[in-house]
Amino acid sequence: MTAITDIPDAPRAARRPQVGNPVLRWLRTNLFSSIPNGILSVVLLAVLAKGILSFVQWGIANAVWLTPASDSSACRAVRGIGACWAIIPEKYRFILFGTYPFDEQWRPALSVVLFIALFYFSTRRALWRRELAYLWIGALALISVLMWGGVFGLSFVSQDRWGGLPVTLILATFGLAFGFPLGILVALGRRSKLPAIRSLSVLYVELIRGVPLVSLLFMASVMFPLFMPSGFNIDKLLRAQIAIILFAGAYLAEVIRGGLQAVPRGQYEAADALGLSYWRKHRLIVLPQAIRHVIPPLVNTFIAFFKDTSLVLIIGIFDLLTTAKTAIIDPAWQQFSVEVYIFVAAIYFMFCFAMSRYSRSLEAHSAVR
Amino acid sequence: MTSDSPRPPPRRRFFGAWGRRELQGLFWQVLVVGIVLGVVVFLWSNTVTNLTARRITTGFAFLGREAGMPIADSLLAYNPRDTYLWAFVVGIANTLRVAVIGIVLATILGTLIGISRLSANWLLSRLAAVYVETLRDIPLLLQLLFWYVLMQALPAARAAWRPVEGVFLSNRGLILPAIPVGSPQLWVIGTAVLGLAVFYLIRRWLIAQQMRDGRPRAAWPFAVGLILALPATVSVVLGVSWTIEWPQLRGFNFVGGLTLAPEYFALLIALVTYTSAFIAEIVRSGIQSVPRGQWDAANALGLRRSFLLRQIILPQALRVIVPPMTSQYLNLTKNSSLAVAIGYQDVVSIANTTLNQTGQAIEAIALIMAVFLTISLGISFFMNWYNARIALVER
Repeated sequence: MTAITDIPDAPRAARRPQVGNPVLRWLRTNLFSSIPNGILSVVLLAVLAKGILSFVQWGIANAVWLTPASDSSACRAVRGIGACWAIIPEKYRFILFGTYPFDEQWRPALSVVLFIALFYFSTRRALWRRELAYLWIGALALISVLMWGGVFGLSFVSQDRWGGLPVTLILATFGLAFGFPLGILVALGRRSKLPAIRSLSVLYVELIRGVPLVSLLFMASVMFPLFMPSGFNIDKLLRAQIAIILFAGAYLAEVIRGGLQAVPRGQYEAADALGLSYWRKHRLIVLPQAIRHVIPPLVNTFIAFFKDTSLVLIIGIFDLLTTAKTAIIDPAWQQFSVEVYIFVAAIYFMFCFAMSRYSRSLEAHSAVR
Repeated sequence: MTSDSPRPPPRRRFFGAWGRRELQGLFWQVLVVGIVLGVVVFLWSNTVTNLTARRITTGFAFLGREAGMPIADSLLAYNPRDTYLWAFVVGIANTLRVAVIGIVLATILGTLIGISRLSANWLLSRLAAVYVETLRDIPLLLQLLFWYVLMQALPAARAAWRPVEGVFLSNRGLILPAIPVGSPQLWVIGTAVLGLAVFYLIRRWLIAQQMRDGRPRAAWPFAVGLILALPATVSVVLGVSWTIEWPQLRGFNFVGGLTLAPEYFALLIALVTYTSAFIAEIVRSGIQSVPRGQWDAANALGLRRSFLLRQIILPQALRVIVPPMTSQYLNLTKNSSLAVAIGYQDVVSIANTTLNQTGQAIEAIALIMAVFLTISLGISFFMNWYNARIALVER
């Protein structure tokens, strides 16, 4: 309980006379404000030092960084005492791009760059205009051309050879791009005065949110072929994409519904008084305000969703996590899976951390107003 | 045109009292319901055609057949010659075993970390922040695979780690000393649960008394009597033994004690650490939502620290904490379905095996959904009840 009793002490500590060496003063207020606090700090410092030291030993001092092509003997020699980072240069192209034809891998690489540029421009508040929608359509079209090929002299690459980071980004981006309008429609439906539409929306949201994504993915991979007329077969990736869109739609609908509830009643009444139709009222007046209210939780939903695309591993789609898992099946490198997982975790972390920082800055921004 | 020009005459109404709005509403509803029904009928007829073509009979008759699938780690007794129905029940028990223990541990860990983030100790609060940020931004499935790989990389049973005497950590999982629970022990535990229930009622009555005359009454003698002394007496009278069974290494494996299989242990660690990061943030925001003035006022009154936390801060913080906590409990339960990736046989994993063995895709997935919907509804029902109990009553 020491921790929670510290809370009210904080201002008292800050009220102490501000004299002496600033470093010592900082240490005293922040680490050694009381005896239990001092003991805690010493213990934490010791544990931290031990942790960092053993990580440095394993990850840097004893690590193997490079080996001659496809030779893991140097790594096996340090097994248990040092990391084998050499597996990353050995396998990174497979982890990032899967089985995409080796000589054509500049195309998925360029697609990844395009995706990142697209995300970057979408975060600029100054660019939140109609043009952004055109930018999205243009970029997604360009990415499709790059990935599939078959035009402009690019060779055709079928979908089952796609893999790695581009697949993760495709599943997440298209999931959001289609899930978002779906979510808006369902959120409006849930707040509609029409009983049939309202109950259908409630049913949809509760059914999707009540079950694990894994079961939706199973459904997409196993049951979808049963649902379709015989002879009509759609690709595995597309089936997973549909499941992910339906999933995203339900979650985003709930976030947007929160935003709709936050729009004051007077705004609706004013729109009605102007004689606007239902759709114009929502498009021009209600939705812009509702969405602005919920931008931070929307970004959080995007993060959750970006991570959840990794679940397609379970139905055998080659996203980033699946390629990582496949890369370490190679018997020569089998024992070095921890290093590969750390590498892939770092990639996921960079995307999610950037988004969460962005959400934080938006929150700070909206708090000022 | 001036603003006070006469209003146009009201539009003539069709259908008596019905206006344009109602007609429009009817039109949209008929349209949407029609589309949904059309899609459902289309999918249904395709499915029926496909099932007949593949000679798969629908229905749940397959549940009575012999399952023949092995289940390595189960709470309930299971034999491959049991029926599919029993295999499902075993899977549900396995799901609940992960979910219930995971929820308890994640709540404890998450609360500790959330409080640590608010600590005046700079180092502690920074470490807690790093913990939260790191775990939240890495997919759970990746963390799960990571823990599973680490479990497999542990030494073999003969060279098992012994952090504490009687506790073994090896690639066979975590082995703990345990008290074997049979029917005599269950009687004592049952008495304790009954005592707890009676104590709860007495405490409510005591609080009602205090509400009437304002005099606080001590509840702890009843707690000691009903929850500790009564079961202890029963235990002594019935002569129930509570000997701890220490695990022993025999040959290549352990005998006795409680074994947490590597799959179960990895799943539990992953779910608990991942969810605790989210719970930590909820707890932090809950505590921060209590105005600083409440702390100051309580301190000024000279209230004891435990009283201040229990009676003033916590009730207010809980109002902010409980609703998002419910979603975290639901998430943890649903996320336990990732077990299928490492081969822990929860209900999803067993349904998936059933599906592959029998081809009964619709039934298997319907069962998964039914199980999770029931669990979700159960948790949200309980949490809503709890939330209603602690909610702020305004006028």
